[in-house]
Amino acid sequence: MNNMRLTERAVQATDTKITARKVQVHYGASHAIKDVDIDILDKTVTAFIGPSGCGKSTFLRCLNRMNDTIAICRVEGAILLDGEDIYDKKVDPVQLRARVGMVFQKPNPFPKSIYDNVAYGPKIHGLVRNKAELDEVVESALRKAALWNEVKDRLNAPGTGLSGGQQQRLCIARAVATSPEVLLMDEPCSALDPIATAQVEELIDELRANFSVVIVTHSMQQAARVSQRTAFFHLGNLVEFGETGQIFTNPRDPRTESYITGRIG
Amino acid sequence: MTMVETPAPRSLYTADARTKARNAAEKRFRIYGIAAVAIGLLALVVLLSSVLGSGLGAFRQSVLSLPITLDAKALDPKGHRDPAEMAKATTVTYGKLITKALEAVVIEKNLAPGMKSKQIGELISKEAPAGLRDMVLANPSLVGTTITYDVLASGRVDGFFKGRVTMESAALDSNISPEQLQLADKLRAEGMLKLAFNPGFLTNPDASELRPESAGLGVAILGSIYMMVIVLCLALPIGVAASIYLEEFAPKNRFTDLIEVNVANLAAVPSIVYGILGLAAFINFAGMPQSSPLVGALVLTLMTLPRIIIPTRAALNAVPPSIREAALGVGASKTQTIFHHVLPLAVPGILTGAIIGLAQALGETAPLLLIGMVAFVKDYPGAPPEGVLDPASAIPVQIYNWTQRADPAFVERASGAIIVLLVFLLVMNSLAVILRRKFERRW
Repeated sequence: MNNMRLTERAVQATDTKITARKVQVHYGASHAIKDVDIDILDKTVTAFIGPSGCGKSTFLRCLNRMNDTIAICRVEGAILLDGEDIYDKKVDPVQLRARVGMVFQKPNPFPKSIYDNVAYGPKIHGLVRNKAELDEVVESALRKAALWNEVKDRLNAPGTGLSGGQQQRLCIARAVATSPEVLLMDEPCSALDPIATAQVEELIDELRANFSVVIVTHSMQQAARVSQRTAFFHLGNLVEFGETGQIFTNPRDPRTESYITGRIG
Repeated sequence: MTMVETPAPRSLYTADARTKARNAAEKRFRIYGIAAVAIGLLALVVLLSSVLGSGLGAFRQSVLSLPITLDAKALDPKGHRDPAEMAKATTVTYGKLITKALEAVVIEKNLAPGMKSKQIGELISKEAPAGLRDMVLANPSLVGTTITYDVLASGRVDGFFKGRVTMESAALDSNISPEQLQLADKLRAEGMLKLAFNPGFLTNPDASELRPESAGLGVAILGSIYMMVIVLCLALPIGVAASIYLEEFAPKNRFTDLIEVNVANLAAVPSIVYGILGLAAFINFAGMPQSSPLVGALVLTLMTLPRIIIPTRAALNAVPPSIREAALGVGASKTQTIFHHVLPLAVPGILTGAIIGLAQALGETAPLLLIGMVAFVKDYPGAPPEGVLDPASAIPVQIYNWTQRADPAFVERASGAIIVLLVFLLVMNSLAVILRRKFERRW
């Protein structure tokens, strides 16, 4: 771990993008998330770490209401995006997800062309008026995802024909194309090799300029490399949340320390 | 920890008892598998050879090429060549003309000395005069000329050439005598009587017990096509809509569980039960006409629905959840997710299910018997859409019908109809394979 770099890293942004208060999640009888309070800053990479089954992915999926698709899942408490409760009855999850994009653990491009993969979001949200604008959006999204140079000559080739790392960057481009404000990433590198992982990590750091990024990861090194703030989850509780440098070098909670030193996990 | 006693090292070159037993078990299983496949293939070969052997004959029919003088005095005594007037000349008149033509040939070549005119006439199908009459009425200018016309030979003569009727059986048969068969043989030697391709088998309507030679599948094929089109138009959209709702939208509760169990059960309900339902609901209650393709199609739709719903749900279910998540993740609504991503990926499975369901419906007999489609239908149903209310038959019902008849000539017809049905099924199944290939996409 490059601790030197960690301590130097400053958090510039201070605007809160997402505020969560007393969030409880139940899967049927099991209580998966207990009393989580967290403030996610704008233009910052926030990492969620913790052992398997600690609820970090579950909490991530609450932030764009992906848990709605699970019938037995119940969410209580308040999650505010720019001060608006996303679980309010008036909120349509479809509109929410246009503003809070998501990248999944396994690259899951649509079985369509590279172009159509990226163009799908802008099309269904009516973000473009004509083909020329759409072309522009697709190009800029692919550029943001650092994929443009590799695929610009074969935009009509199937997205599923790309390599694993390229597929994941395509999924990032797809998420970025709808101009979301927050980008949720659920272990985006766990299915990738080290080189592809490095590319995606570099990309995440660049995305910070435009988006608030929340990343769930199993790799503490990755959290340390890409994030400015880190939240440690354990058994459904948010144990500790703070600047990444502080969490890794000077954890306040003994459980955090045990985890990052490899004693629990 | 105590160490388990390690066995003495053995050579890899000699198989131990366990390995031998395992290998033997695998070998036995392979033999069972090969045997099972062989039995299946054998059954197929037996089926096809018996059906083809007895049914191919139906596609060839004995015809007599005769020069027939269309006598103007008999056919159009007033000489106006007006079809309405000429219609007064009945098939009896035409029958006499044909008999006279044949008799002239027989006498000229001295093929059957001493045979009476009536006996010579019995070589000709009773259906032949009607065909000639229709031709003349459609084209009155033929009257007064001599035309070469192919008349159908009678079923017994046809059977003689196909080996169904022999001299011995003819001696016991009141419809044909050995002398007549000898005459037929001589006519064949003269090249006037021959086996020719028989398009009438596919286009003619059914014929009565006494004229197997002219019986055809025309009405049955038309009826079956009407029914399949209606079944496709009803069962596919209803079935797919029901499947999508049940699979994607319906809440999971006791009520939907009940529906699910019932759909599965309905797929297993014997088809004759649907026939009784159709009789009660569509004919007795709704007052729809009996024997009509519409009622048949409605019954078959009910029967096919669960058989489409089950594979469609399976196909929807088989679409990986990652695709749904991806679509929801970029902000697609549920409906957009289903129609843009899930349904296209499920299309191959849905089409396969639908076509197999249709193929089953095409071969279904029992429910159609109950709604009256087994009736003897001599007239073609009208053009759609009104035509679907006219009486019609269906291919499997026609097969059933023909196997009930006494004349062995109808056995050949029934087997021929089975071949037609099998060809239809083969075409549909190939279509399923082609569509599957076309729409199949990897993810």
